[in-house]
Amino acid sequence: MTEESPDIDTRNIDVSAQHADVAVADAPLLRIEAVSKKFGSFLAVDRLSLDIKAGEFFALLGPSGCGKTTLLRILAGFETPDEGRILLGGSDIAPVLPHERPVNMMFQNYALFPHLSVRENIAFGLKRAGMARAAIDTRVAEMVALVKLEGMEKRKPDQLSGGQKQRVALARSLARRPRVLLLDEPLAALDKKLRESTQQELMELQRRLGMTFIVVTHDQEEAMTMASRIGVMNAGRLEQVATPRDLYEAPASRWVAEFVGDVNLFDGDVTSHEHFRLVVATRDGGNIVVVEPRQVVTKSQVSVAIRPEKVKMSRRGSTPDAAGSQAINRLEGVVTDVSYLGGSTVYKIQLDTGAVVRSSVANTTRLDTDACSAGQRVVAWFSPDDCLVLER
Amino acid sequence: MSARRIFAQPARYAAIAPYLWMVLFFLVPFGFVLKISLSQTAIAQPPYLPVFDLAEGWAAITAAFSQLSLDNFGLLASDSLYLSSYLRSVVVAVISTLMLLVIGYPIAYGMARLPQRWQPIAMMLVIVPFWTSFLIRIYAWINILQHDGLLNKVLLALHVVSAPVVWLSTDTAMYIGIVYSYLPFMILPLYATLSKLDASLLEAAADLGASPRRAFWLVTFPLSLPGVGAGALLCFIPILGEFVIPDLLAGSGSMMIGQTLWLEFFTNKDWPVAAAAAIALLVLLVPPLVLYDRMQRRQLGGAN
Repeated sequence: MTEESPDIDTRNIDVSAQHADVAVADAPLLRIEAVSKKFGSFLAVDRLSLDIKAGEFFALLGPSGCGKTTLLRILAGFETPDEGRILLGGSDIAPVLPHERPVNMMFQNYALFPHLSVRENIAFGLKRAGMARAAIDTRVAEMVALVKLEGMEKRKPDQLSGGQKQRVALARSLARRPRVLLLDEPLAALDKKLRESTQQELMELQRRLGMTFIVVTHDQEEAMTMASRIGVMNAGRLEQVATPRDLYEAPASRWVAEFVGDVNLFDGDVTSHEHFRLVVATRDGGNIVVVEPRQVVTKSQVSVAIRPEKVKMSRRGSTPDAAGSQAINRLEGVVTDVSYLGGSTVYKIQLDTGAVVRSSVANTTRLDTDACSAGQRVVAWFSPDDCLVLER
Repeated sequence: MSARRIFAQPARYAAIAPYLWMVLFFLVPFGFVLKISLSQTAIAQPPYLPVFDLAEGWAAITAAFSQLSLDNFGLLASDSLYLSSYLRSVVVAVISTLMLLVIGYPIAYGMARLPQRWQPIAMMLVIVPFWTSFLIRIYAWINILQHDGLLNKVLLALHVVSAPVVWLSTDTAMYIGIVYSYLPFMILPLYATLSKLDASLLEAAADLGASPRRAFWLVTFPLSLPGVGAGALLCFIPILGEFVIPDLLAGSGSMMIGQTLWLEFFTNKDWPVAAAAAIALLVLLVPPLVLYDRMQRRQLGGAN
């Protein structure tokens, strides 16, 4: 089945992708329609719908147990959905057995065959597809070069490092040129440095091959770095599908705002709402002015969210000019905790109301003689443009 | 450093224990048997010559040494009785091991694929027969297989046969007895290997286009070979020297080496020939052991 798909020529891929966009702009490569999956009484995937376009690098992000891996396994064919349809290029693949699906998966533990060499591992899927021996040799050599494993062909998985195993797993799943490549926590087993460089390599590979990647991860930084679009999952449902930037700067719900990145939240009631300018009376932060161009609020009970790096901080009395204007939200408090993180420092400020606000300040100079220390009284201030209003 | 000093000494002594065991209970008795196999039969107590007597001094001992000879091994090689019993032992052991493998593999495979909570129960069921004495279980088989035994009664009642079949004192009865007795020794190592098999490997095989049947032959089976080797060896070696089962269940037509050995030792009182037969049996067992060892090393080694 895989063999019938056209060979990927990196020079033509952009053109053909554009053509595809123009011709069938509305037809996604993969359409998940109201898919549900139950394990006993546990609802792992709950009427989930999602469209994925050809050539996308899509990330499914969520805490453990949110159903993201189950969804991936449904796509691979290892789990059968209880309800819903999965359309690949317009045809339902739900009844297609895993060994007959034109998708491949890279397993979290790599699942390399320990009794086979690197070469034999990569060739495994090609042999099953009934490819000619010479063609297999060519393809394996191509894959080995792609993941930079030249000279390792005869080694067994036991004789490889973690990073090398990861590359073999990647080469093996790419060898059949699947229409969709599923990656289950592909970098989870690597150490931090290796993970970062491998992220870049994966992105470059995906761009070069023009293939559709769906990656499951619990690591938001990884999802943000690699994916063009991210679906945030919680309790079997998609909370939000958005670009990394939108996910962070315009979360659709309080849950997403808290899950992706760090956030300060103030619960309160909307007291005035004119144009896009809202005033929210909060218990912990007094009246907070918010400029929110999105039409997200219908109820009056809301939370105001502000990211720590958007909360500026000054010593009492030395508030900059901008802070003097009406539009700025000002909160007074005492620094209780200073966490130096290298690139930035996070201050915990206890407000007079007892609530704690976090402010993250970039360390732009090496010698910061003006840095605040614990016990100092400060003013935390932030612009209404940087605030978000979310329904409670 | 001080911690090392505390633990190193007892650890070193503990490491000696297995060697001490081997020397005391294997090498020393083996030396006796080897010595007897090189002696001559005699109507005496013990029934062989020469006898070393340390009290008679060095000269007597060297004289005794000069009397040792390989005559008994010559006899083993020249008399077709021994050769044919060795051959029969090998044939019976090979056929039995193959039958055990064919029967034991599916059972072990089924056990390994049971839901987690049923696996210990299945394991118990395999081991439970050991709670009854081996000899009693073989006698039970005599009861089942005899002329008016349970098997013939069932077959007659079901009209499968019109007259009682002779089961007892045939090779069939012996194979039934051997397969029945050794089955747990085949199942347990196979089960141990198969239950450790990473299920994601089979998913990977399916993902890469292998049907379940192909996935079994390309992934499960090759990865279970260490278990197959261990199970086969665990059965093959004791079956080769088996005495009780062929003696009780098989006919008296041809003997396995264990029976021949018993005959020489107890009936003919020919200790030296019996000892030589035992040594030869041990030598016979060396090739399969070496083969297994090499196989395991290759499994661990890889291409380099």
